[in-house]
Amino acid sequence: MLEELNKIKELNLVTDNKIFYSAVFSKEHLTKLFNELKNNESLGFNQLIDITAIDHPSKEKRFELVYILLSMKQNKRVILKTHLEENDNIDSLTEIFQASNWYERECYDLFGIKFNNHPDLRRIMTDYNFEGFPLRKDFPLTGHTEVRYDDVEKKVVYEPVKLTQEYRDFDYTSPWEGMTKGIDDQSEQE
Amino acid sequence: MKEIEVNTTTINFGPQHPAAHGVLRLVVELDGEVVERAEPHIGLLHRGTEKLIEYKTYLQAVPYFDRLDYVSPMCQEHAFALATEKLLGIEVPQRAQYIRVIFAEITRLLNHLLNIPAYAADIGAVTPFLWCFEEREKLLQFHEAVSGARFHAAYFRPGGVHQDMPEGMEEKLGKHFETLPKFIDDLESLLTHNRILRQRSVDIGVISKDEAIEWGCTGPVLRSAGVPWDLRRSQPYDAYDKVEFEIPVGKKGDCFDRYLVRIEEMRQSISIIQQCLKQIKSGEISVIDNKITPPKRSEMKHSMESLIHHFKLFTEGYRVPEGETYNAVEAPKGEFGVFLVSDGSSKPYRCKIRAPGFAHLQTLDFLSQGHLMADIAAILGSLDIVFGEIDR
Repeated sequence: MLEELNKIKELNLVTDNKIFYSAVFSKEHLTKLFNELKNNESLGFNQLIDITAIDHPSKEKRFELVYILLSMKQNKRVILKTHLEENDNIDSLTEIFQASNWYERECYDLFGIKFNNHPDLRRIMTDYNFEGFPLRKDFPLTGHTEVRYDDVEKKVVYEPVKLTQEYRDFDYTSPWEGMTKGIDDQSEQE
Repeated sequence: MKEIEVNTTTINFGPQHPAAHGVLRLVVELDGEVVERAEPHIGLLHRGTEKLIEYKTYLQAVPYFDRLDYVSPMCQEHAFALATEKLLGIEVPQRAQYIRVIFAEITRLLNHLLNIPAYAADIGAVTPFLWCFEEREKLLQFHEAVSGARFHAAYFRPGGVHQDMPEGMEEKLGKHFETLPKFIDDLESLLTHNRILRQRSVDIGVISKDEAIEWGCTGPVLRSAGVPWDLRRSQPYDAYDKVEFEIPVGKKGDCFDRYLVRIEEMRQSISIIQQCLKQIKSGEISVIDNKITPPKRSEMKHSMESLIHHFKLFTEGYRVPEGETYNAVEAPKGEFGVFLVSDGSSKPYRCKIRAPGFAHLQTLDFLSQGHLMADIAAILGSLDIVFGEIDR
């Protein structure tokens, strides 16, 4: 199986993590690659389990877009990643996997990643007329607006968030012995 | 050229509707009474679970999983616990594995005991609802006995389970599951040969094998279409490789098949629990590493080190080595997965929750086209939709 995946030239850094394979690809090859993975008889990655993203604001290519595929035939999963800049677009997968429709809408809603040729790229999780992309690391946990029912106006109104108490983020890390062996060993070597 | 007049009615269904199973808003386009398009508007129960988890330690993240699919809480904790354990590189002791399997199966029973009568209620039967709630209450007492809570248990924790089963629990479980198959027979006598149930569900919302795979369906929805795929069998976790069970599959993939698959799954769950009760031995219930699981309270009374461990675990939490993993479990509704990314700190960098219902609800438009408006309620019920997990 690993050899088969290595043969596909669009895939880089193929690794075997026992319960899944992981690999990296560049966004131009998306359509070709997924067609190959789905239709190659010996691979048979015919189910798209999920699409998600990871935000690394400090990196130049900020978003890691993650595709999780399952091959029932081989009983294996593969996790594919591609890196995107903040304003990059990527092709939609909807023509290859119908299931990607809502997954891509979710990525657009929560991260602001735009998908080309998506049939219906609207927000899905957040409120109607919501602004901002909540799962980006620079979006505050409390959000920007809050809602309440206004008794005078007799309607629901949106207002900027007012916190009665500042959000508390304690720093628990101490110079004492940490909790994980692996990490401590590394720091001792340094 | 002949002109065709298109005359469709648009109807708003929900968000407050008894057949919507929570807060689902459906915009349905009807031609007469025939559905042309059904567009779900979701997110009305969106609580930002994934964002909140990024600000909590691994242990503090556990209770959020109870609140996703609130009718099958423990299966979701299971997925998170397995993912965290994978990153930590630990394996939980045998007894904990068996306890987890027993309670994951009790959770499956709880879920199906809610879904089946709710589905029946959607299409006209009231009695099963009352019957099943009585049975659910009995099962919830087991939840309460081990964790102190009926629903939001926070019982499966990374490293094992929170505490051991109380004394005499195994016998009680054994006794209870001897009588439960009789109840399922009774339930079936109400429903399976019922004319109304059959008329409302046979050939409604048919999905084929290929379509089910294409749309990302898992669990009973996929199996009802005839695909014998069950993660407990194909990618066994914890003690599932030590028990024997059968995977029920449907033939047509209609609402009735989905109902039958769930009924049979309940029988298999009971059999799994009984096998586990035979095999389970006494022993540790979590890894004995006070860097991950808290020390016993009695130890803390005289050991300074235990006290420090306890303090550190409940303030900073344990640090998880850098890495990422995807772990999925066979939740009652389908494949529930957790994609967990750690940056080496004591809080997850990203935790993506893969909810089976999200994929299933997406197929609603496809399943309901050409059916009558009233069939939407049947299809929704048979898909087993719970908004806690879909909206997250």
